[in-house]
Amino acid sequence: MLLEVSDLHVEFRTRDGVAHAVNGVSYAVDAGQTLAVLGESGSGKSVTAQAIMGILDMPPGRITGGRVLFRGRDLLTLKEEERRRIRGAGLAMIFQDALSALNPVMTVGDQLGEMFVVHRGASRRAARARAVELMERVRIPAAAQRVRDYPHQFSGGMRQRIMIAMALALEPDLIIADEPTTALDVTVQAQVMDLLAELRREYDMGLILITHDLGVVADVADKIAVMYAGRIVEQAPVHELYRRPAHPYTRGLLESIPRLDHKGRELYAIKGLPPSLTRIPPGCAFHPRCPMAREVCRTDVPPLYEVSPTRGSACHFWRECLDGHAVDGPDRARA
Amino acid sequence: MPDQQPFEQPGEPRGPVAGTGTGGAMDLAASEAAGLAPDPGGPAPGGPAGRPRSLWSDAWHDLRRNPVFLLSALVICFLILIALWPSLIAPGNPLQCDLARAQDGPRPGHPFGYDGQGCDVYTRTVHGARASVTVGVCATLGVAVLGSVLGGLAGFFGGAWDAVLSRITDIFFAIPVVLGGLVLLSVITSSTVWPVVGFIVLLGWPQISRIARGAVITAKQHDYVQAARALGASNTRILLRHIAPNAVAPVIVVATIALGTYIALEATLSFLGVGLKPPSVSWGIEISAASPYVRNAPHALLWPAGALAVTVLAFIMLGDAVRDALDPKLR
Amino acid sequence: MATPSTAPTAPAPEPILEVRGLVKHYPLTRGVVFRKQIGAVKAVDGVDFVLGRGETLGIVGESGCGKSTVARLLCHLEQPTAGEIRYRGEDITKLSGKALKAVRRNIQMVFQDPYTSLNPRMTVGDIIGEPYEIHSEVAPKGDRRRRVQELLDVVGLNPEYVNRYPHQFSGGQRQRIGIARGLALRPEIIVADEPVSALDVSVQAQVINLMERLQAEFDLSYVFIAHDLSVVRHISDRVAVMYLGRIVETGTDEQIYEHATHPYTQALLSAVPGPDPQARERRERIVLSGDVPSPADIPSGCRFRTRCFKAQERCAVEVPLLAVPEEFRHTGGPAAHDSACHFAAERQAVRPKGREQAGEHKGAREPEGREEAGRPEPRDADGHNATNAS
Repeated sequence: MLLEVSDLHVEFRTRDGVAHAVNGVSYAVDAGQTLAVLGESGSGKSVTAQAIMGILDMPPGRITGGRVLFRGRDLLTLKEEERRRIRGAGLAMIFQDALSALNPVMTVGDQLGEMFVVHRGASRRAARARAVELMERVRIPAAAQRVRDYPHQFSGGMRQRIMIAMALALEPDLIIADEPTTALDVTVQAQVMDLLAELRREYDMGLILITHDLGVVADVADKIAVMYAGRIVEQAPVHELYRRPAHPYTRGLLESIPRLDHKGRELYAIKGLPPSLTRIPPGCAFHPRCPMAREVCRTDVPPLYEVSPTRGSACHFWRECLDGHAVDGPDRARA
Repeated sequence: MPDQQPFEQPGEPRGPVAGTGTGGAMDLAASEAAGLAPDPGGPAPGGPAGRPRSLWSDAWHDLRRNPVFLLSALVICFLILIALWPSLIAPGNPLQCDLARAQDGPRPGHPFGYDGQGCDVYTRTVHGARASVTVGVCATLGVAVLGSVLGGLAGFFGGAWDAVLSRITDIFFAIPVVLGGLVLLSVITSSTVWPVVGFIVLLGWPQISRIARGAVITAKQHDYVQAARALGASNTRILLRHIAPNAVAPVIVVATIALGTYIALEATLSFLGVGLKPPSVSWGIEISAASPYVRNAPHALLWPAGALAVTVLAFIMLGDAVRDALDPKLR
Repeated sequence: MATPSTAPTAPAPEPILEVRGLVKHYPLTRGVVFRKQIGAVKAVDGVDFVLGRGETLGIVGESGCGKSTVARLLCHLEQPTAGEIRYRGEDITKLSGKALKAVRRNIQMVFQDPYTSLNPRMTVGDIIGEPYEIHSEVAPKGDRRRRVQELLDVVGLNPEYVNRYPHQFSGGQRQRIGIARGLALRPEIIVADEPVSALDVSVQAQVINLMERLQAEFDLSYVFIAHDLSVVRHISDRVAVMYLGRIVETGTDEQIYEHATHPYTQALLSAVPGPDPQARERRERIVLSGDVPSPADIPSGCRFRTRCFKAQERCAVEVPLLAVPEEFRHTGGPAAHDSACHFAAERQAVRPKGREQAGEHKGAREPEGREEAGRPEPRDADGHNATNAS
């Protein structure tokens, strides 16, 4: 396994008490694989990634448990200096907002080249040459000229390509992309996702794609982990999850996508709101919104049950959910 | 005010947490799903949910229980009291000095000692409050009102008005304060504080006007201003209801800090002979008179300087408390 | 004016809003005191449409296409450079004072960002009650409180929340407050600019349902602006696709989503990732090259030609008009709707057939192809669909 996160816990101190952002998340990615982490805001999907990268703001954040094994070494126990070496060369990250992630007063060439100067001790000239090469690799037209441009001179899609080039610079084994296309237009989004998929194949990298968009996930992921209130509620190969979700939350998300045959009818909507991380409901965190909730859901936290060797679901009644019961029950009508 | 508990609802603990960056990843939504779940067929609106409240009534409600506000308000009330009737606590005559006692330390009946001219420091400090507090408060009020009105209108309407005003502020920024004071105030013979106040307002408003302009431009861009406009709200209404409450915070902060500078500026001008003229008494005059012999008689400097510091601090704290009270997110 | 499309729908509803030749240019100036115009950002550059009573018109397009500017023009937040907006036959762009205020009562807006569209320093009661203060003739003073609470109830919020501040609510709840404010004056038209795109997935559906319910309850007509094609399809009766300040194609939802004839619409539809992983193998995706040109420097002729895979010389010289294309004019059927393209044609690969077999979670979004081949390599494979105009 390239990366293995096990039982990760992260907390935040806030004015309203301790926010339990990540509560025992485990997932694994292999080389050449794309894992999509799907969740709404506040689900803990980005915090998990930040903890893996070691860029969590601490304080207020605090990792209270778990391990992050990267090529067998636990990143959480490494010294900051060792981690820094792994960051960039082993692990790289792409952010949602490329404009704020790039330095506005440095040319993109200098920013790309800096990686080589810092990590590889390259000369300025060699670094510049590598920068052009990288820009070509992410298909930026006229790279040799544009290398002297500043970030604001690029369009949103091009800036995201530069971010990708930066992440690629040291040929990392794993890239974590946090909502890489959310800020982009659909037609540009398609270009960027294609580029990422292509580069992943080319370099045989692992890719963790963090997103809230069910469509993007369906399009590129191999497997998928659905997060809710800091936990993984369902984990499955992407095909199986979309065909037969084993958790009512996943099911609700899929159902609430407008579909042709529901035109003119009410959309299915998950009732209520995601919980505050300072007061996660006892038992299954989803029970106040769940159409299938029963007494046991209020008291017992469901473990990640094994649905099949490749699938897991944190629902006491995953079997019924898999068979499609209950979602279309009375709740559906008033949703 | 009915003491219901509207705030038990966890807000969004966004502040400290949102700092983790990456696009609202930790945008912890408010919860209490059960209570807030959409409930189309829910109960008809029951009785009135308490009395209607507004930003100002909530702010006042808030301020009344804020110890910082109470303390600073107490200090300021005390200052105003002694500025109006200094004899209440210092019955002596501030102009009655005895050179023989120059630079002497404290003694019974004269707890702060004597200054370089042999005047009682306690009496002069108390009597100096009137000029200093008048200059500080009036100049600050004048600067804040003039500056925010001009800057606010420039920011709100933009265009030519804004361009002209911006150039004028630039010109005023270029005037050296002390030199300007020497020139302008030397032609005035009045011995009251008002020429000094007028001069400070004249030179001080561009600072506030810039800040107000920036704050108004920021507030103006928010959608709620567009929403009010789409409802047909007039410019006056938009300015007073929507922009002013959202743009006032930086003005309060800068104005309260400036208050101290203005009191000190009066001292400088007086020291140069163009501010208050003897026999007026002010903290500024005391401080500048005491500074040459600070080694021999530090008390003559420390007491008026301490009074100045406490005054400035009280106003800054008051400003902070008011600013916080006007921000519902901090409650 | 667009040629009326031969939509096989019920008789067109009585028009409540007619937009003709709407233009909004923002001058680009240089200099501080003496401003000199050096160009113009052509945000909206000639838009026509009609909104029928009780109808929902969806406007889709990418950022910078001018859809939000259209919304602002409709709500009189900006003055158009040219063109007219007729509300019940009366051009409202020239109105001011009392007459404008009266019209405003009837056209209200719902904003995209629930975090900036509510004044953080006003209580919810004051926010929703403000329309009554501005239009004091609508509700007598003593009655306003009750009306505000009724509105809160109508949008599914607890009426006792009147004394709370916006930051105490989540995004979805704030959007409900924004909708309640828009409803306060009982308008006939609501212009919603991306009303759900800032919301969490599981909350979006709630707000869409609310808007649909309110439409029926209050007899509203919607102009619904969004970039999410599946949401627009769900809620709209008719859809207009915008590109660089113009409508390039318009028709009923079926005409646009199943029988698009404009290459931009086709690319847009094909680019949307659908929530169906099986479709990805079969999808024939049009990946457009490059980015949207700057609205300050619009290409000659057809404005889409710089990114179009069908572009020919004619496209650079002749501006295509928004009308039913010649070749469909006599054939009728769903392909016969307004499309501003010289080479308008339905995509061969668009199948209405694969839908039944593609499983139950097929969304309305993905117009995937039925191509036998695996997922085409975006650049080299399938050159006909991949980009050749760069």
